[in-house]
Amino acid sequence: MAAAKTRTSTFSRNLSTAAPSHGPGLKCGPNGTVFLSSGIPDLDKILGGGFPLGSLVMVMEDAEAPHHMLLLRNFMAQGLVLGQHLLYSSPARDPRGFLGTLPSPAASKDDKSRERDPDQEKGLRIAWQYKKYFGENQLDGQRDGKHEYSNEFDLRKPLERHFINGPRIDCVSIQDCPDLSTLRDRCATFLSQFPRNDGSISCAGRIAIQSFCAPQRAYSNMEWDMLSFIRSLKSMVRSSNSVAIITFPPSLLSPSFCKRWQHMADTLLSVKAIQDEDKELAQLLTGYQDMVGFLNVHKVARINTQVPVILEATTFSIKLQKRRYLVLECLNQAPVDGSSGTSYGTSGGCSSSSKTGNLDF
Amino acid sequence: MNQRSSNLLDEALGLDEVIEPWPLRGQVVAIEDQVETSGSFVLHHLLKRSLSPNSSNVTIFIAFSQPFSHYDRILRKLGCNLVSQRDNSRFFFFDMLKLQCPDGDEGITPEGGLIALYGKIHKTISALPEISWKNVSIIIDDLSLMEVAANGSSDYVLDFLHYCRTLTSEFDCSLITLNHEDIYSSEDRPTFFIQMEYLADILIKAEPLATGLATDVHGQLTVSNKGRNKVSNFHFKVKENVVECFYPGRS
Repeated sequence: MAAAKTRTSTFSRNLSTAAPSHGPGLKCGPNGTVFLSSGIPDLDKILGGGFPLGSLVMVMEDAEAPHHMLLLRNFMAQGLVLGQHLLYSSPARDPRGFLGTLPSPAASKDDKSRERDPDQEKGLRIAWQYKKYFGENQLDGQRDGKHEYSNEFDLRKPLERHFINGPRIDCVSIQDCPDLSTLRDRCATFLSQFPRNDGSISCAGRIAIQSFCAPQRAYSNMEWDMLSFIRSLKSMVRSSNSVAIITFPPSLLSPSFCKRWQHMADTLLSVKAIQDEDKELAQLLTGYQDMVGFLNVHKVARINTQVPVILEATTFSIKLQKRRYLVLECLNQAPVDGSSGTSYGTSGGCSSSSKTGNLDF
Repeated sequence: MNQRSSNLLDEALGLDEVIEPWPLRGQVVAIEDQVETSGSFVLHHLLKRSLSPNSSNVTIFIAFSQPFSHYDRILRKLGCNLVSQRDNSRFFFFDMLKLQCPDGDEGITPEGGLIALYGKIHKTISALPEISWKNVSIIIDDLSLMEVAANGSSDYVLDFLHYCRTLTSEFDCSLITLNHEDIYSSEDRPTFFIQMEYLADILIKAEPLATGLATDVHGQLTVSNKGRNKVSNFHFKVKENVVECFYPGRS
């Protein structure tokens, strides 16, 4: 770098990086970071823009429901649709089969009909819900310009063949790897295509590792090997223009190692199933039939900054709007009356008494 | 302002008055944090203090966690230019992100890798003019990743820390480390962690508030200063250019 050798003050304006233009699917974020979309517009908004390049995202699975697959599918499809490269690894014998389940972007004319169900009581706007509507209006206005960066995906429409058969996808089955060094080498080769330098970024990569757990043959020191794999993946990703997402079942790890994995992540999410037996929830929630689970945001990536991100809410309900579009919604306390038709949810814990209209505190 | 708001933390550490000679010389400072509340900001603050223009301190930074660019940007907002400090030989950055010590197959044992690191540190310090020996800080970010780099051989990591401890007596260096307390609290025998706490002269714990997350208060710090026989507890809020510390109930 041709930096001046003697700097008299501690501050110097960096004129060379005046908003470089990047390839599709990338946008500049604060502190010199560049984001790519998670494939779920609501999640991008929650995370302050998307996943920053060079970060490691980890998702803690719930053994009772495969919601992490929803996150993975959208993440992978988003990359393919925008011409980004993808490396996908899973424990399945033939990971390529999973690519057939990737969703296609929703047709743009559907966007208009995808407005939140017009609330019958538009006139009855109560003050404490005002904020929710205000934020929503802003989002809709920006929707049109965003297709270069992120898409709404239609989970019922499979991704077109030509995206899946392109040369930009590599698949690895963990079963084929005698030990993790094979996977590590594949990742290294993949990531070498996107080295990070100071110029504009032509092309970005995505790595999706599903259900990362021990290879078939368990051996001693395995837990440390997995951890050192994650560490080397993270440092490779740091020095490249890519994002890696790893989903894993926390129940298969000892508590201490689970904490180590959580500390490794830049962005840490977890998904939870909705308990089926909780029929009381169905009485207290509207839109319950659309709610498939919960998403928790434990940690948001802090690259190039020391200020933590404190979200207003960390738990969101995962809903399938019209059974097609993945949306994330804040959980709200139901009004005391509990019988109105507006769409408010309540968190799973406070529904111990089941009679409608009779809430005990 | 800047000086005033960090005062609670500086006070607890003895950094509020004179910082030349370096008040933490010969001492081991252990910072502990959790997933919910990161303690890296304490590290950044100490780094900034040690590279202050009022002191002639030299800092050796052993990074397992983030690359140089990350710290550079953060410290720049705090008012410290790491690039020029590096050029002036006041700041030495050892990038250990890629250090991996496999189990002896490729000739680099975990022990070997850490011994080499120690050798590098020793060499760097010895190469400094003797007058600087009294003012060296070694910062390690972070210890749990050093264990991973050593493939789980926490004994070797402990040995490494003991070697560094000898540096604090031989050269009067200070050793500042960051580790994650919640990893070890779930272990059956957290020997490594307990040893580290025992070694430390000053223990700084960053924890979330008992009441949970808040935008105005990011957590609480508990500073146990064995030398001064003092325990301080206060709340903090981390900003880009400063850390605000205040007693509960005040701002």
